[in-house]
Amino acid sequence: MLRRLISALAPFGAILLLLAAWHLAVVSNPGTLIPSPFRVAAGINELFHRGLLIKYIVASLFRVTWGYALAVLIAVPAGIVLGMSSRLEASFNPMIQIARPISALAWIPIAILWFGVGDLSAIFLIFLASFFPMLVTAINAVHNIDPIYLDAGRNFGLAGRELVVRIVFPAAVPQLIAGLRITLGVSGLVVVAAEMIAVTSGLGFLIVDSRNAGDRYDLVIGGMVMIGVIGLLLDRLIRQLERLDSVKWGYSGQ
Amino acid sequence: MTGSRTKVEIRGVNKKFITDTGEVDALQQIDLDIRDGELVCLLGPSGCGKSTLLNIVGGFLPPTSGTVSIDGQVVTKPDSRRIFVFQERGVFPWLTVEGNVAFGLHSLSRAEREARIQHYVKLVGLSGFENAYPHELSGGMKQRLEVARAFAVNPDVLYLDEPFGALDSITRLVMRGELLRLWQAEKKTILFVTHDIDESVQLADRVVVMSARPGRIRRIVDIDIPHPRDFSSRRYIELRDGIFEEIGLAHRI
Ligand SMILES: Nc1ncnc2c1ncn2[C@@H]1O[C@H](COP(=O)(O)OP(=O)(O)OP(=O)(O)O)[C@@H](O)[C@H]1O
Ligand SMILES: [Mg+2]
Repeated sequence: MLRRLISALAPFGAILLLLAAWHLAVVSNPGTLIPSPFRVAAGINELFHRGLLIKYIVASLFRVTWGYALAVLIAVPAGIVLGMSSRLEASFNPMIQIARPISALAWIPIAILWFGVGDLSAIFLIFLASFFPMLVTAINAVHNIDPIYLDAGRNFGLAGRELVVRIVFPAAVPQLIAGLRITLGVSGLVVVAAEMIAVTSGLGFLIVDSRNAGDRYDLVIGGMVMIGVIGLLLDRLIRQLERLDSVKWGYSGQ
Repeated sequence: MTGSRTKVEIRGVNKKFITDTGEVDALQQIDLDIRDGELVCLLGPSGCGKSTLLNIVGGFLPPTSGTVSIDGQVVTKPDSRRIFVFQERGVFPWLTVEGNVAFGLHSLSRAEREARIQHYVKLVGLSGFENAYPHELSGGMKQRLEVARAFAVNPDVLYLDEPFGALDSITRLVMRGELLRLWQAEKKTILFVTHDIDESVQLADRVVVMSARPGRIRRIVDIDIPHPRDFSSRRYIELRDGIFEEIGLAHRI
């Protein structure tokens, strides 16, 4: 009981420790531009009262949601199809492996060329960054399906689309959920870069803008903290999927 | 209890595997007829080709040469009239007990489906677990679930590859009893792979004894003991010891 309480509180302890170290470091370096945690908190509070905090969070979430959701909706079916057909996979794999290591940021000029400066460019970049990890996860998820399930499905007369819907997809879901989590992390990584170009709202914009418009490092760090916190909350949300009874089996071996 | 009509006809089946290290003659010149409603055990040491033969008969693996026909039709792919039971590993973990048993019953009316589910869940002693997921079941329960899923589609033929191998000896005996009960109630043709001599003598109408490298049929032993079989009867021991000798094992250790 006590032990469980301690392990539940431990993460907060670690955060508190970090905040304390941060605070001490700032206090002992009087000239620094880095604000103390209290000033960052005050900065976030200020944003909230100016009505910008919610606005920026919503704006960022809007872009991440579209970019990420589109990527998932295309990458999962594509990954399942590629994973099931070794011939298709052999044809597409080199292309995927070439495209994958190219950072989404390298696409910025092309994004602007195609979509202009604005939301669409940002969504496109988040889409690109999310697409490849999700695609590769989906392909691997299909490869990792125990062939016995496929044989059993075929034995019951399934083939083609029915086999995918009734066997391949449900058998891959636990790994797909893991892929959703990884991919969401990746999309969080590029949101700042995506919002640096083109847009005038969002947490990424906040970070760049606060630095440009008068070295407001309290707001810079405030934006960073908000991105981290939102990432954590979204990850928690996706993890709820792992608790579905029909996917629990995929995690019991841990 | 066995009809005299031939159900499964295995004719001159050979199987060669070609691997990096060379060729393996997994099966050589297998000829075997299985009658409708018969329970045949394939028995032999590890690596003698039992699973290979079962997979060929099931349509999961093509023979290198020779044919398998069922009801006069050559087998080329799996068929939902003949269900393969893959130890307990074949149950679908994303479905409940009920979902698994219902898996092959999509084309039935709702009422009939419900009735079948209930019937087979009860038959294998899983009543009360309808909504449980496989990861909440023991190995023996999963095994019974897979057997129930197979029986529920009312197949003519069942293929079982060492279905009870992973179970403890007590559960294994119970499961054998249940399989016999189901078999007698529903008159399926069953092809059962095992490397357990006692298991084969307890279950089979005939035991097909195989030898390894190349995988061949060595002898076919008729088990002429009516069910229920008494494991300490003279005939039982005689037949069992005969198979022990056939395989080249002393029945003392
Ligand atoms: N896919 C394969 N590729 C190459 N060789 C194989 C393959 N499958 C089986 N073999 C070989 O064929 C032979 C027969 O294998 P099989 O699995 O049928 O044996 P078994 O009698 O079922 O053995 P066990 O009792 O251990 O399950 C073995 O020598 C095995 O190495
Ligand atoms: Mg085997």
